[in-house]
Amino acid sequence: MVAPAFDYVAAASYDEAVRLLAAEGDEAKILAGGQSLMPMLNLRLAHPGLLIDINGADGRPPTLDQAGGVLRLPALTRHRVLLEHDLVRQHCPLLADAVRYVGNVRVRNRGTIGGSLAHADPTSEIGCCALAAGAEVVARGPDGDRTVPAAGLFAGYWATTLARAEVITDVLIPAARPGQGWSFQEMVRRTSDFAIVAVAATVYLAERSVAIASARVALAGVADRVVLADPDLVGLAGRTADEDLDAAADRIAGRLEPPDDVHASGAYRRRLARVLVARALRQARDRAAGAAP
Amino acid sequence: MTKRQIVLDVNGQDHETWVLPSQTLLDVLHDELGLADVRYGCGEGVCGTCTVLLDGEPVSGCLTLAVQAEGHRVITLRGLMGPGDALHPLQECFLRRGAAQCGFCTPGMVLTALDAIKRLGRPTRDEIRDALVGNLCRCTGYTKILDAIEEYADLAAP
Repeated sequence: MVAPAFDYVAAASYDEAVRLLAAEGDEAKILAGGQSLMPMLNLRLAHPGLLIDINGADGRPPTLDQAGGVLRLPALTRHRVLLEHDLVRQHCPLLADAVRYVGNVRVRNRGTIGGSLAHADPTSEIGCCALAAGAEVVARGPDGDRTVPAAGLFAGYWATTLARAEVITDVLIPAARPGQGWSFQEMVRRTSDFAIVAVAATVYLAERSVAIASARVALAGVADRVVLADPDLVGLAGRTADEDLDAAADRIAGRLEPPDDVHASGAYRRRLARVLVARALRQARDRAAGAAP
Repeated sequence: MTKRQIVLDVNGQDHETWVLPSQTLLDVLHDELGLADVRYGCGEGVCGTCTVLLDGEPVSGCLTLAVQAEGHRVITLRGLMGPGDALHPLQECFLRRGAAQCGFCTPGMVLTALDAIKRLGRPTRDEIRDALVGNLCRCTGYTKILDAIEEYADLAAP
């Protein structure tokens, strides 16, 4: 298994990467961490004529910051940084926790948050968290920057709504306000493997109350893309009891039609989704109430 | 797709070599520079036999292009050995504990374990298992590998 021959350019800036993408069209692929693209090349599942390496496009090392309630993660932030950086732990603990499930130590040393989102794997932990945390991506194109909410980014198996010549440069995540509860739950057959089903949840309680004010639930491994559960299905405003959370899990899972594949049947995935959503909501609620670490 | 000349800093020495842009770091280290301690296993970043340290951190040689490694420090297992190929103390522990049978996975195991010890100090057995989840061994059943790494971690702990 040897990669097909391709040409290679190390882009000195995102603008250069965008220019090259616009000029080369479908022949070109962006190379970020390479932890998904390189296996696809080695297996000859992809045949690009040109790889545009953006590892040097943003100056280095990437600098994370938090201002005005928004955590800004440069697209080239490696998974290992997400796992270990104080700003991520503080402002998006959901993501810091979930990254433990991504690949192995080598994948986390090279893989990037922007690359993971652009790859749009339907079992992506990072995509799942981006949905549950209400993240946006900044996409640079020939006409400048625009922001795309994660909820509008994923278009199907390994497909996004980004235009051909757009590149993700940053990921913006609303910083967790005090009192946010969160949970990440995943089922895999072997540690570090692709998720069979994963669930990310965030919960806020109403002020001076144990009742839930808002909750977001995202799922991976249940469709052709990572999905955000319809807020009407979550429907937990004013609720807090275990039975309410279980009913929400039933509603969410009942609406899913996960595909069968070699790893699991659709019926098993739906059952997993119900169990994991219920667990995630309970843990997120307990964390929001200060009752769980 | 023309070859280009690059300079790779491998185990503290500069190597000038001509590579195709599509050649992986693994290809060049093993085939061009003759470093037999960097090995082709799966080509997908799953098995860990091509592990090298890039600027001190373990990466898959099969998922890194050789051209991307220019300007960075590459260390293979051989780079950790002393003069006259003196074994690294962790390699001694592997020998003492019988942690290598065919030996194909050993360089990746050693480099990854040293990274875990560097980060965690004295990792627990479970933490070592977790760090090695991307390094497959088809001979030993891992038990003796964990024994060897724990023995070394005890020796190395401050």
